[in-house]
Amino acid sequence: MATVELTFSALPAHVRTARLVATAIARRTGVAEALLDEVRLAVGEACSRAVEAHRVHCPGEPIRIELCDDSGRFEVTVTDSAPSDDLEQAYKDEEGPPTAVNGTALASLLPADTLMSGFGIAVIAALADDVEVYPSAKGLRIRMSWPAHATGLTPA
Amino acid sequence: MDLKLDHRTEDRLTIVEVEGEIDVYTAPRLRELLIDLVNKGNFHLLVNMEKVDFLDSTGLGVLVGGLKRVRAHDGSLELVCTQERILKIFRITGLTKVFGIYASVEEAKEAHGRDK
Repeated sequence: MATVELTFSALPAHVRTARLVATAIARRTGVAEALLDEVRLAVGEACSRAVEAHRVHCPGEPIRIELCDDSGRFEVTVTDSAPSDDLEQAYKDEEGPPTAVNGTALASLLPADTLMSGFGIAVIAALADDVEVYPSAKGLRIRMSWPAHATGLTPA
Repeated sequence: MDLKLDHRTEDRLTIVEVEGEIDVYTAPRLRELLIDLVNKGNFHLLVNMEKVDFLDSTGLGVLVGGLKRVRAHDGSLELVCTQERILKIFRITGLTKVFGIYASVEEAKEAHGRDK
């Protein structure tokens, strides 16, 4: 069950807010201090990618981010509503379950005009030790997670 | 933290001071500054990132775009950065091989002077 769910309109200014919220919850969940910069950057990349996709395809639709602390891991899922047909096809060409390598492969298959968008996915793949990318005609979902210690703060 | 930008020219080197966060919201301002500098004939740029708190791929894109512009004029775009959190994204993306990265403005100026 999600600890925190956040929706925000597709404005670049809100990406910073999403980063701050994710980092604060990661810290509370018990993610090691050394990993917090990676969480902050990966969540920022995922949200930036989503904002740019929404601004092209559906600027009025919100972007959703879920932050969970189940099973000793801190898990972040960023879901957008912009069609990602190219990514979906690229994903189908990959064998096996989604992995960090698949994320990089997906990025390399993006058209040139979305270079930095795909670059963001490649960066996420390098930052989180568990990344899954789910492209579909209805939008893209990026799920990433990091280990969290049981010593994390619990809600008062 | 918002983005603060400043620049000055020493000899033939234009030093761009950047402070704050470079992300999808603020990167367009850095892009505009770099384009403006190049359009005004500043083809040797040194971007000081020692006070940058955050850099994402949007910011990297702006720096790569700036590099392409100055190279079109046989210029250079180099960086000053010692922060591990910022250097990490350059390493992840392999851009440490693309940009000259120095530990200080003085070190970069010395290297630039040798190359002239």
